[in-house]
Amino acid sequence: MTPLTGYLLVAALLFSIGLAGALVRRNAILVLIGIELMLNAANLNLIAFWRYGPHPELLTGMIFAIFSIAVAAAEAAVGLGLVIQIHRHAKTTDIDQMNRMKG
Amino acid sequence: MSVVFYVLAALTVAGALAAVLLKNTVHCALALTVAFAGLALLFLNLDAQFAGFAQILVYIGAVAILVVFAILLTKGSETPRDGVFSRTWLVGLVIAAGVFAVLSWAVINSVRVLPHETAVPQVTVLQIGNALVGRYVLPLEIVAVLLTAAMIGAVIVAMHEKVGHEKEGQK
Repeated sequence: MTPLTGYLLVAALLFSIGLAGALVRRNAILVLIGIELMLNAANLNLIAFWRYGPHPELLTGMIFAIFSIAVAAAEAAVGLGLVIQIHRHAKTTDIDQMNRMKG
Repeated sequence: MSVVFYVLAALTVAGALAAVLLKNTVHCALALTVAFAGLALLFLNLDAQFAGFAQILVYIGAVAILVVFAILLTKGSETPRDGVFSRTWLVGLVIAAGVFAVLSWAVINSVRVLPHETAVPQVTVLQIGNALVGRYVLPLEIVAVLLTAAMIGAVIVAMHEKVGHEKEGQK
């Protein structure tokens, strides 16, 4: 097994764990945690391909991962703000009970 | 494949599993921090020092704290009566297992075309800085605008509508 295969398999496993968390948990915050894990798995793939790819000195994968980290931080801030507002409005963070479009 | 890689991979996957499976939400946030730390160490193991330290600063320093704040503000640490897993948990589990099966099948089948061990890339922070303000300056500006917009948006979304409440109180 080459090193790149190992990293790709770890990233695939992390992505699946994050997907399972986003699909299975009831609490909206835990769904966001699952999404964060999926984004991190993608970052691991980018860094691994940068490290073992043909032109690491061009820094493409590394810069992509850094921008992805910045966008994920923005996503987490907005997502958690939304969860707090929904909790204030509906008094719950259980996404099974959030089944109405109207307040 | 070195022993270090296996230890770090086991740590990361164990942290991620605990973050998804534990019942208490605060414990989930702590396990998530372990998974983020494991990922940062994996980045360092891949000779991506800058990305590793950015991961530590942004994820462990900011995102994990945000998650803990959100849990405490929504009283999410109380375990609900009817379990922490959704009614359709079996479907979600099957979908995730299917996605993992497809991904690992694709990775294992493409071993022959994937590159093998290469020389350690010599990348300094100076080079990354030059790339960020040179070739990638437009994405950098866009990310700066995005972060500002996200910060203002998060504050507006999560802000108390005090004016409305006062009016309701007067009625």
